[in-house]
Order: sequence, then structure tokens, then C-alpha cells
Amino acid sequence: MNDSHAQKPHLSREHLLALLRAMVRIRRFEEKCAELYQQEKIRGFLHLYIGEEAIAAGAMQALAPTDAVVATYREHGHALARGVSMDAVMAEMYGKAEGCSRGRGGSMHLFDAATRFYGGNAIVGGGLPLAVGLALAEKMDKRDGIAACFFGEGAVAEGEFHECLNLAELWRLPVLFVCENNLYAMGTRLERSESQPDIHVKAQSYNVPAEVVDGMDVVAVEAATRRVCAAIRSGGGPALLECRTYRFRAHSMFDPQLYRDKAEVEEWKHRDPIERLASWMRGMGVLHDSDVAAIEAEVAAEIEHGVAFAESGHWEPIAELTREVYAAEFAQ
Amino acid sequence: MTNGTREITYRDAVREAIREALLADPRVFLMGEDVGRYGGCYAVTKGLLDEFGPERVRDTPLSESAFVGAGIGAALGGMRPIVEIMTVNFSLLALDQIVNNAATIRHMSGGQFAVPLVIRMATGAGRQLAAQHSHSLEGWYAHIPGLKVVTPATLEDARFMLAAALADPNPVLIFEHVMLYNRIGMLPPDAGPVDIRSAIVRRLGKDVTLVTYGGTLFKTLDAAEELSKEGIEGEVIDLRVLRPLDTETVLASVAKTRRAVIVDEGWRSGSLSAEISARIMEGAFWELDAPVGRVCSAEVPIPYPHHLEEAALPQPSAIIAAAKTTLVS
Repeated sequence: MNDSHAQKPHLSREHLLALLRAMVRIRRFEEKCAELYQQEKIRGFLHLYIGEEAIAAGAMQALAPTDAVVATYREHGHALARGVSMDAVMAEMYGKAEGCSRGRGGSMHLFDAATRFYGGNAIVGGGLPLAVGLALAEKMDKRDGIAACFFGEGAVAEGEFHECLNLAELWRLPVLFVCENNLYAMGTRLERSESQPDIHVKAQSYNVPAEVVDGMDVVAVEAATRRVCAAIRSGGGPALLECRTYRFRAHSMFDPQLYRDKAEVEEWKHRDPIERLASWMRGMGVLHDSDVAAIEAEVAAEIEHGVAFAESGHWEPIAELTREVYAAEFAQ
Repeated sequence: MTNGTREITYRDAVREAIREALLADPRVFLMGEDVGRYGGCYAVTKGLLDEFGPERVRDTPLSESAFVGAGIGAALGGMRPIVEIMTVNFSLLALDQIVNNAATIRHMSGGQFAVPLVIRMATGAGRQLAAQHSHSLEGWYAHIPGLKVVTPATLEDARFMLAAALADPNPVLIFEHVMLYNRIGMLPPDAGPVDIRSAIVRRLGKDVTLVTYGGTLFKTLDAAEELSKEGIEGEVIDLRVLRPLDTETVLASVAKTRRAVIVDEGWRSGSLSAEISARIMEGAFWELDAPVGRVCSAEVPIPYPHHLEEAALPQPSAIIAAAKTTLVS
């Protein structure tokens, strides 16, 4: 694979359909999760990614299986786009032993060794140091992987963001920082918490190359990620993408959304990443109603399978409660 | 020495352990503030940068959360990092990474990921460094499931606990008491390896069990020596490992002596000493002839002046008094 090949998305009909499918898959999965939450099948916190799907779907295209991924508590989309099986993710949502974290993590802590998916971190900013360390291991062990770290704009107020950008650049580590700027840290709008609300400018102050991307445009996200990852892989050190996006749903299922206007939400919904790609494809004559129907049917079947898998899963016996606190042979 | 026994300081024993680990395993590396060019704030790592180079002896920015978290990430990525934090007080800046990540990831991931990380840090008072460099917070860390907490007090443990910690796939915190670094003694040629599972009886006695660890071990041994002159034989237990606690060794001793005093440089309230006392109550209540005694630091941020600092810390005189109290009741 030569560099120019790696840096550009292939805008073939097949590839565009794959991007559309990836986003629809996340959207429908989460809509089902919201329904299951109402039925009390899923408990605890549930943070939906609906509206932001273009970022995970686009960025994952540029990552290799050997790369490491660190995400936040709003990570269902990242796990699915990374290739964690929907069955295992849904079982985890239920808390079943067949879940991708053996039921121990739930919605906020999806993990998967097979796809190098290192969680599901529910401390804002807490995943960034892990990504720096994963990248350090790649570099010290002379492997060619990178560590991709997804986080919200709220994390930039945390000291860990600043410490990590500095350290990653100082040591020229292969970290891709993806800031999903959905404007609200729970209920606090960016301008109300940041003296400098342009996040890419903060990155530049650490000499970390940074660019702003339309996070509602999956092709733009993929293109930017491919470009930036090629630079990181060629030894260019870390880079940051600020993806501007919007969360269509509440912060969590407990959020009455008193902090933002309904009109603002509606306005952003006009930029829905799924609708946007679909209408663009229709305009180019590469998307037909039958394609959409096929994607929806395929995704519905996968979700149905996932729900059945989760329903038929078993609860970890209470005798196993303290398992995996320590490595078994060293637990004492 | 003709038999190969050699004189060594605690500081040099720790340095030898780190050097041996770096030589033994290419996945091992050391990082922390001023561990390289400066040689370590307590001069533990002096010379290692020259021998191993800046890739494996990494000076970090003053970013405890980032470099401790990077240690966790590097461990997840297949390395065996040794992270040094200058003092336990500074480790509070990395508490999120230690408690929310290092301690949880194995369990939260259903056992898919391990964090084979070693964090070394200095702890304790005695150098007139006042209230932000002198505290003994190892008991806090011993509260956390998922962590292992060890406190080498002897030269042998300083020399060999690191290898055991690196061989352990769990995150291990090593607390080195600042007053031990200059301690000098003899290390026999057959010393080590050591485990990081068990407490050990450092002095045999039949009259009262004195439970301690780390920096107060030698004060407690001094107290036992004085008690012996008065015909009271104290049995001194060095806990060595604060988590998981070796309760059996403590209970076996208490079953014999029927009395116990816990000596801990941590504060008394909500403390490790309270935990040990509770375990004695749970496991040996009917064997006890007296209430369990405690000698802890005064409930005060450690002050700067020498006389106040010494007054705040457990001292042999207080240990002797507490031991005698258990014998008169």
C-alpha cells in the first residue's frame, strides 16, 4: 500500500455504502438500547452517541488492526466501528457474562483484546495517559502501531489533556488524539468553561499538529484521519483532530436537557451525518432505495440477533464475584 | 568479607535491583521526575542513565498523572515499566490513574487486560520536609482492591522485592521510607529471592506481638531490645506487604503472646493500624488478654521543626509504653 493510497478514502460506491452501513448500525443499535433502557433491560448510565456516528465510523477506517484504541464512556459506536461483535457489546449492556467485558463493565466500559480496544474510560480525560503509554510501548518495542484516543471537548479542561499533549509531543509518540467536540460537557457549553474555545489552537501551543474537521461529514473525517495517521506513522509524532459535532440525545438517560434550546437541537439535526451522506450519495446516483432497505434489514437482523444473544446469556455466578481483581495465580 | 557478605546501603540495594531488572528484561524501563540526568531525588538511580541510555531511563516532565498513566498504558502495551514518583504526597496528582485505571482495568475488562506495572515512591517523615513531603499514605493505597502494596524495610527486601514485583502481573506499589535510604548493613551472598506475599517475624518473643512495617521496623526492634532488658520479650512482625495482608502470621503470633501493639507511621483514624486491629479482633478475640494497642503518628500535618516532627512520629519510648500497657491489664 503506497502512501497516497493510504491517505485518501476510496469513494467507490461500495466504500460509501460501507460508511453508511457503519453509521446506521451504530444509530439503530443505540435506538434499540434506549428502548431496552426503558424496559429496564439495560441499567446504570447509558450515554448515546446518536448524531456523532460519523466520527467513529470515519476515523476507524484509517486504523489498522494492530493499532490500539482508547475511548470514553460514550463508546458504543467506537466499539462497533472497531469491530467488537454486536452480540458481545449487547450482552455487556445487559451485564451478562457473555459480554465483551464479562459483564463487569457495562455500557461505559467496553473492552476487547482481539481488536485492541482498551475501553470505555468513564473519567473525563482519564484515557489520554493510557493512549500515550500504549503509543510509548509501540515505539519502544519498535512496532509500527499507533494509539488512537477519542475524547470529548470537556476533557480539554482536565490537566491530563495538557500533560498528555505535551508528553506525546516531547517524546514524539504515535498518538492520534480525536477530540469529539459536541459543544457540551454534560450541560456546560464550551464557551462557559474555556477561555480559548478553539481546541486545535490549544494543541498547537504544544506543537502538536491539529486541524478542525466537520464531524458531521463521515468522508471528511475519514479523509482527515487517513492524512493525519499517515503523518503519524511516518514518524511525525502525535496529531490532534478536532471533530465538530453534536449530540442529538440527552447526555445520559437522566438528563432533562434544560441547558440547550430545542431549536438548536433541531438545527443540528438538519446536519444529521447519516442523512447527509445518504443524500449526497443519492445526488451522485450511487444510492438506491433498495440499498437503504438492504442495510436497514441487515442491521435489524444483527440487532435482533444481539438482543437474543444477550437475553439468552447467563449471569455470572456470585461465587465468581472477586474473580479478575488480581491475576489468579498471584491473588493469594 | 571472606564469606561474600558485603556492606551495602538501602539506596544502593534499590539501585542494584533496578539495574538487575533493566539487564534482565528488555521490556523493563524506568521513568519519573529527575531519575536520569539528576540521578533521582534520593540518588537511587544515579548512573543508570549512563549505562542504559535515555530510552530506558526516562526523565519525565512534572506531570504525575500523564507519566503514571503512560506507565499503565505501556504495561497494557506489553512493557514492564518501573515508574518512580518522588514522594507519596506527589502521587496524589496521579491518584486518578492509579485508582481508576491501574486497579480496575483487569476486573473491568473481564480479565482481558493486565497492568504489570511497578510504581516506586518514597514515603514517611524524619527529614524536616514538612507537611507536603512527609506523609505516610501507603495505608490509603492498601484500601484499594486491584493494587498490591509492599514496604521493603530491610536491605534484603530493598534488594529483591522489585524482582518479585516485576514478576507479578498485577500493579505493585513499592513504598521506600525516606529514613531507610542511608541505612547501611550487611547483605549475605545467599540473600534473596524474596516473596511479596508474606509477613515475617523479625524478632521472636513470647510476651507481646509488635506489628509494624517500613520505616518503623527498626524503631520497633529498638523498643523490643529495650523491653528485653526488662524481661519483656516482644515478637516483632514486619508486615512487608500491606495488600494483600498476611493476617495468618499476625494471628499466629497473637495466639502465642495474647497481646498486640501495632506501630504505624500513618495516622490512627481510618487507618491500616485500625484494619490490623480489626482483623485481630475478628480472628483472635478470645485469645487476647488485653486490648490491642496502637502507636501511630499524631493527628497533625507533619510539622517542620525537628522537635515537633519527632513528637509527631511513633518513637521507641511510646512503643515500650504501649507494650507495657498490654501487660498490666
